[in-house]
Amino acid sequence: MKRAASLALFCLALLAAAPARAVAPDEKLADPALEARAEALEHRLRCVVCQSESLAESDAFLAKDLRKLLRERIQAGDTDKEAVEYLVRRYGQYVLLLPRFEPATYVLWLLPGAAVLIGAAAAVFYIRRGRNAPAPAPLDDADEARLKQILDEHA
Amino acid sequence: MVPEIGHFALILAFFTALAQAALPLLGGRIGEPRFAAFGRQCAVLLFILTGTSFACLVYSYAVSDFTVLNVVQNSHTTKPFIYKLTGAWGNHEGSMLLWVLILALYGAVLARGGRAVPAGLHSLTLSVQGMIAAAFIAFVLFTSDPFTRVFPAPPNGEGLNPLLQDKGLAVHPPFLYLGYVGFSVPFAFAVAALIRGRADSVWARLVRPWALTAWTFLTIGITLGSWWAYYELGWGGWWAWDPVENASFMPWLAGVALIHSIRVVERRDALKGWAVLLAILTFSLSLVGTFLVRSGVLTSVHAFAVDPARGAFILMILAFAIGGSLTLFAIRGATLQATGAFAPVSRESALIANNVLLVAACATVFTGTFYPLFVDVLSGEKISVGPPYFNRVFVPIAAATLALAAGAMLIPWKKASLTAVSKKLLFAGVIAAGAGVLVGVTAPSKVIAGGAAVALVAWLVVGTLTDLGERTALFRRPLADSFRRATGLPRATWGASLAHIGIAVYAAGAAGMSLWKTTDVIFMKEGDTAVIHSISVKLDDVRRIKGPNWIADSATFIASKANRAPERLEAERRFYPVRGMQTTEAAIHPQAFGDLYITIGDHVDGKGWPVRIYFNPFVACLWWGAATVVFGGVLSISDRGKRPRRKVLGREMSANPAGRADPQPAIGMSQA
Repeated sequence: MKRAASLALFCLALLAAAPARAVAPDEKLADPALEARAEALEHRLRCVVCQSESLAESDAFLAKDLRKLLRERIQAGDTDKEAVEYLVRRYGQYVLLLPRFEPATYVLWLLPGAAVLIGAAAAVFYIRRGRNAPAPAPLDDADEARLKQILDEHA
Repeated sequence: MVPEIGHFALILAFFTALAQAALPLLGGRIGEPRFAAFGRQCAVLLFILTGTSFACLVYSYAVSDFTVLNVVQNSHTTKPFIYKLTGAWGNHEGSMLLWVLILALYGAVLARGGRAVPAGLHSLTLSVQGMIAAAFIAFVLFTSDPFTRVFPAPPNGEGLNPLLQDKGLAVHPPFLYLGYVGFSVPFAFAVAALIRGRADSVWARLVRPWALTAWTFLTIGITLGSWWAYYELGWGGWWAWDPVENASFMPWLAGVALIHSIRVVERRDALKGWAVLLAILTFSLSLVGTFLVRSGVLTSVHAFAVDPARGAFILMILAFAIGGSLTLFAIRGATLQATGAFAPVSRESALIANNVLLVAACATVFTGTFYPLFVDVLSGEKISVGPPYFNRVFVPIAAATLALAAGAMLIPWKKASLTAVSKKLLFAGVIAAGAGVLVGVTAPSKVIAGGAAVALVAWLVVGTLTDLGERTALFRRPLADSFRRATGLPRATWGASLAHIGIAVYAAGAAGMSLWKTTDVIFMKEGDTAVIHSISVKLDDVRRIKGPNWIADSATFIASKANRAPERLEAERRFYPVRGMQTTEAAIHPQAFGDLYITIGDHVDGKGWPVRIYFNPFVACLWWGAATVVFGGVLSISDRGKRPRRKVLGREMSANPAGRADPQPAIGMSQA
């Protein structure tokens, strides 16, 4: 009972704590709705000078500038798409942690599905063809005759 | 003097490895069994020599010998002694020497402990090990010599990256390498099987413990890295789909496929060519990982072009090892004929499906890791492939694999009835659906993903328990009877079940961290209080403290929860003057459903300390899940019953008479 109560409490607590993410407290926007949008976007944008960190995680100065820029665009009334597009125009596709689906990335996006399908097809082929089941060697004439004889006897 | 001994021992090791590679092969050709015995002795000598070389390097670090360039670049007199020692492999040259040492260790264990291995197979396997060792020792000697001297010697060293001055990270590389390099043994067995044109259940039983050992070590290594990232990097992350992480994850995935397919070869004498191919693939991915991390190609293609010697050398080893073994497979693969037949619905088919999914998952990680490189080389454009991509494409494939695992162990070998299996899984299905819906309605956000994740975890756990229940006839017979059956189950069965449950627990942690992690960041002055998850966190005081080679601002927080005694937590912001670098030491406070995780930043005048407070739900599941997987792996390895005992082996060998051509007839049989 106590466990159930604490589980319920835990879920409530999750509900209460609106996920707030930003690297420095003074970067936050006053409007929580806009701030939430900015934070959601930060995780999909790369800190362009870091090895592999998103804007949300990086302490680098450039990341701080980009976070600020992102918030400025959102405050100026950009949609999420427009704000991201603005950063892409300035820094190239490199800032996108989630690459777009376009000719250069067709292979990237289609390969996982294709790998599963091709693998499945190969597996079905292998299993159904029964290649794993070596056919018994064909009977020679003597055996054939004997088989016929046995079958006839029991007919 | 000591560095010279180390260097000289390594040169001797190179020639020993060459002898180990060449003589057993030659002995097989001319029918001279003493050459095979010599090869075994070479393997032991190789370990002694590389061990000597490595010990010399560690000694140079221990005494801070600043006439050695490698020590100068990576050590400092003020560094704590333990990190002086571990710093020996915290750099490129030293870590490659460790790589070679571990390879030699595996070779020596294989040489000394492989008495059950048929002689021809044994000497061929050692020969392949010798080739790999020779290639990598040459790599160390020619491109990454850790014993280069510097004159005049500087008064002090440049220090080690403070992030690496950590106990978790000190043991991470050895375990990772024990995993990576361990796959060289299945690889060598695979190449030997191709040369001999024979892979049977004896072969599979010999390879299985090696593959499991390597895989278990790799699991430990990856988990240690993940744990280190969690507590040391200061943003509470545990997996970032960083190329370096992916480099270790690819052989892990292929290794999972390998240990499952080897089981089919062992039990049913089917899928042989595929298992051999997977053994080759798994070690190849280990080599690719080494190349990725060691060539500098990751930071940028251009960094690679500036100093291409190392990368080019590893690329040559890669081309030789992978190209050579795959060519051999193309020529000889068809000789590995399967004899075991099975129906479409059977354990064999389920394991094939498992392999399809795991290989697809591996291909996905491979593509995502290398794609930016391909695009850069082909078009000069720069793109990023980050966590959002992997979460979208990898997670569904992984989920399907886990879903399959729940049922697979319930499916009998050879031929099964779909209805019978479905009936057994009904209970797991009901529980999974119930758990999913329950979480779906109570979760505050990510309702669908959260519900699906919890349902999957419940499905896998209950499915695995159902299988154990079936095997022990639980509730159908008296408990004492079930207990007797449980103790009688093969340890490999317990191992597999535990590993599956461990993976489920791990998945729960991964889902919790990905879906419901919460963070807040605020300025706090001493005395301020913040509230997260009904825990009030008070910044008590901040003091300046001094460590052996760092100074830090150490913040004391008091976390209190209703009806609980308040607890004190310490978070530090450290500064290492030698390298001019800062690190974060997070305050971590485990709770019932997750960790409270606090870090502090640099003080801002007038505003206070920027404090980041995280609540990391179910993060402990990651560590406990991985530990359970490792325990399962160890149990499976310890299953002696699955290893060929001498007598059994002898019988099977004689049951396979000389009718089948063995290109390596009876080398070294005289000693057997």
